[in-house]
Amino acid sequence: MNLKAEPLLFELSSPGRRCASLPSCDVPPTPLPEELARAGLDLPELDELGLVRHFTRLSQKNFSIDTEFYPLGSCTMKYNPKVDEQAASLPGWRNIHPLAGEEFSQGALELIHSLQKWMCEIGGFAAGSLQPAAGAQGELAGVLIIRAYHSARADGRRRVVLVPDSAHGTNPATCSMAGFATKTLPSDAEGGVDMNALRAALDGASGAEVAGIMITNPNTLGLFDPNIEEISRLVHEAGGLVYGDGANMNALAGVLKPASVGIDVMHYNLHKTFSTPHGGGGPGAGFVGARADLADFLPGPIAVRADGAYRLAMPARSIGRMKAFYGNFGILVRAYVYLRMLGAPGLRRVAETAVLNANYLKALIEGAYRIKYPRRCMHEFVAQGDLAEGIHTLDVAKRLIDYGFHPPTIYFPLIVPEALMIEPTETEAKETLDEFAAVLLKIAEEARTEPSLLTSAPATTPVGRLDEVSAARNPTLCYRG
Amino acid sequence: MPYIAATDADRAAMLERIGAADVEELFSDIPSSARFPVLDLPPPLSEMEAMREIEALAARNLSASSSAWFLGAGAYYHFIPAVVPAIASRGEFLSAYTPYQPEVSQGTLQAIFEYQSMAAALLGMDVVNASHYDGATALAEALLMAYNAAGGAGTRDRVVLCADIHPEYKEVIRSYLSAYSARVDEIDLPPEGAAALADASTFCVVAPYPGFSGAIGDLAAAAAATHAAGALLVVQADPIMCGLLKSPGELGADIVAAEGQALGNPMCFGGPFLGMMGAKAGLVRKLPGRLVGQAKDAAGRRGFVLTLTAREQHIRREKAVSNICSNQGLAMLQACVYLAAMGRSGLRAVAELCWNKSHYAASLIAGIPGFAVRADRFFKEFLVETPIPAEDLAAKLSRRGVVPGLPLSRYYPERKRELLVCVTEMCTKGQIELLAASLEEASR
Repeated sequence: MNLKAEPLLFELSSPGRRCASLPSCDVPPTPLPEELARAGLDLPELDELGLVRHFTRLSQKNFSIDTEFYPLGSCTMKYNPKVDEQAASLPGWRNIHPLAGEEFSQGALELIHSLQKWMCEIGGFAAGSLQPAAGAQGELAGVLIIRAYHSARADGRRRVVLVPDSAHGTNPATCSMAGFATKTLPSDAEGGVDMNALRAALDGASGAEVAGIMITNPNTLGLFDPNIEEISRLVHEAGGLVYGDGANMNALAGVLKPASVGIDVMHYNLHKTFSTPHGGGGPGAGFVGARADLADFLPGPIAVRADGAYRLAMPARSIGRMKAFYGNFGILVRAYVYLRMLGAPGLRRVAETAVLNANYLKALIEGAYRIKYPRRCMHEFVAQGDLAEGIHTLDVAKRLIDYGFHPPTIYFPLIVPEALMIEPTETEAKETLDEFAAVLLKIAEEARTEPSLLTSAPATTPVGRLDEVSAARNPTLCYRG
Repeated sequence: MPYIAATDADRAAMLERIGAADVEELFSDIPSSARFPVLDLPPPLSEMEAMREIEALAARNLSASSSAWFLGAGAYYHFIPAVVPAIASRGEFLSAYTPYQPEVSQGTLQAIFEYQSMAAALLGMDVVNASHYDGATALAEALLMAYNAAGGAGTRDRVVLCADIHPEYKEVIRSYLSAYSARVDEIDLPPEGAAALADASTFCVVAPYPGFSGAIGDLAAAAAATHAAGALLVVQADPIMCGLLKSPGELGADIVAAEGQALGNPMCFGGPFLGMMGAKAGLVRKLPGRLVGQAKDAAGRRGFVLTLTAREQHIRREKAVSNICSNQGLAMLQACVYLAAMGRSGLRAVAELCWNKSHYAASLIAGIPGFAVRADRFFKEFLVETPIPAEDLAAKLSRRGVVPGLPLSRYYPERKRELLVCVTEMCTKGQIELLAASLEEASR
């Protein structure tokens, strides 16, 4: 890690330096009306080497999968194969235009069509769309489909979506954006949905207001809810639909088709399960799949095949477009290559190894860390970081950094105090898991013997803990000379 | 398998430690009737076989790099300096995630801060967020933001929307607003004319800069009329144009949404693109999306953190201003490197080339018998009336490697004889003259 402070671009700027190399104008110029022209533009001026060094040094201030173990729970930080990048950088993908016309885009449309088909097969869905640009947008599409379904049946009373307290964090905000109220369902002692609470919510008059349930399974505790078929049956009986949040699909692809246990609509994140890079916060890509009678509501356009050619079509009663054009296409190319290399046996191997790695890691540390729901986990599990008086999860996370590991997701899910949500993924070797567990045990020991090592951590990074409170109180969001 | 390290020996040792007889046992919570289904997927390929297949598919698309390219309409063929992909493909940027742990994410965080700073200067805004999915979703979320800031469930529920906005953006606005009690009033007038229709029920006026047609309206007049009605002016802007023309902020915009693809991101069949969104200072707490701010550690060292997170979905849950979580981080990084590489003079030079070349193209096309250029003030794109259906022209010319523009009938079936032509710095004088000659020949 590069510890030296790196100046801002603006601080490196020197008047007259240039990086851009542009051709001179080869056509007769047209004068620009004076009243339209801007006076100046305050962008930095650097030469190419100065610019390359700046960004390379910045890159060296990041932890990343390519350099460190990154067990961020529910984010599925698996290795991103290099061939996927090579494939996506072909000129036949990079330099193609979304409106060139179907005749001139057959390769791209075939790729979308194949990927739609495979994604449907993996989840057991009748139809699907690759429009969503991310998981949260896939969720929004799914919930808008539920809304459209009830509207089409003139059942406008259904304004409530049930969301278990172990669901993904985006779910309540998604419901609001789709015009629904959220009703939270508590978890039972085993970490599953509290079935009595579910029955009560679906009972009588309140049940007639339920549009559906948004369920994350495996949930954010990393646990598969064994009552899923019963949950689906009860929600269906009350007239609602079951939405599956597929952010945790890495545990299920090749293991279970969610549609076969009553999931009606579902999104998965291509940047999690299907190995496309997280890019420092995106771009992701989402797939949303649906059962047959919901297919007409899917966001579009989707790719279809007719008369020996591929074309784009809008589903008959579509909820509409979620973004311009056809999803984050470049991400779809990467997921295509990944799936093509894995096939069905590879997918199952991925899920099995992800679950094996998580259970192994849990077994290695459960003596030293409390685990609120200690049963077998799926691809991730939630430990607790309050190791000693005055020691918090944040301290454990920061101390892990000193040992060269990216911390797990912390303080989520909210239902576990001091949560450390750990997802190793299938791509990590046993040696890495052993080393990580040994460090966690060592930190647990340090928490008792030398707690200041934790509370003052990290000591090995370009900056220490930053004062986030002051930063938010009086925010500086742009460089001011 | 190349992406799984575990050997059979590793598996056996791990299972033993867990106390499970086999891997299947770990899945016992899953209903047995549905467990381990047969998946009908094509058989796995090796890396070279997969590359061969993907290369064959890629070859079945028409690439702008092997054509004379005059098609824009929301996805633009601009020059991308080699430093942009070189930096953005570094694994330390590519394979990191959202900078939740600032001490080990200073690279990403500082780059976002630099992007926010440059983008804010470009658009004339006080603050720009770390990105949205694309220009269309940024615009839709800008409307929701204006609704929350100026309207809400109260008295103002009307949007005055200029009709000259990308038709797909208007569809995305419809999807995003479908659950809100906002009325969208589409007005087929330039921004200054549409804004004059804002009234006490209007929470925002949405004006393009330039329009889908390339037309540049009077944004300052639109801002004055919008503000007189007590509404907010939301502008959808072209960031390349902002390198040369007055920024939307300077002309009075309160919120700006933009498609940032043109800043260093390839067209890539329409995604991933870059949604840019900025606002004036008074609106910052209503702004959706991630924001990076400057901070200090205990030793007084400067660092950067995600800030004002109380606006976001993971904190405010159902009261959040948006559900956005993952954004377009890498596309933003590419825009950041692009803006830094272009710098003060480079971005202006790109915009000037677009201005001069598009006007040259318009003058040539205006001189072809049967063709008319329907544009007064425009940037980069202009509408052409064609003597034969534009779709026929486009198909005929595209097969010869000259992609003349977008036939408007793709979006408006009744507008058969209109072609939207886009000319960027990538088009040479020779290609522009080839376009004019090809149009003339094909229409005979």
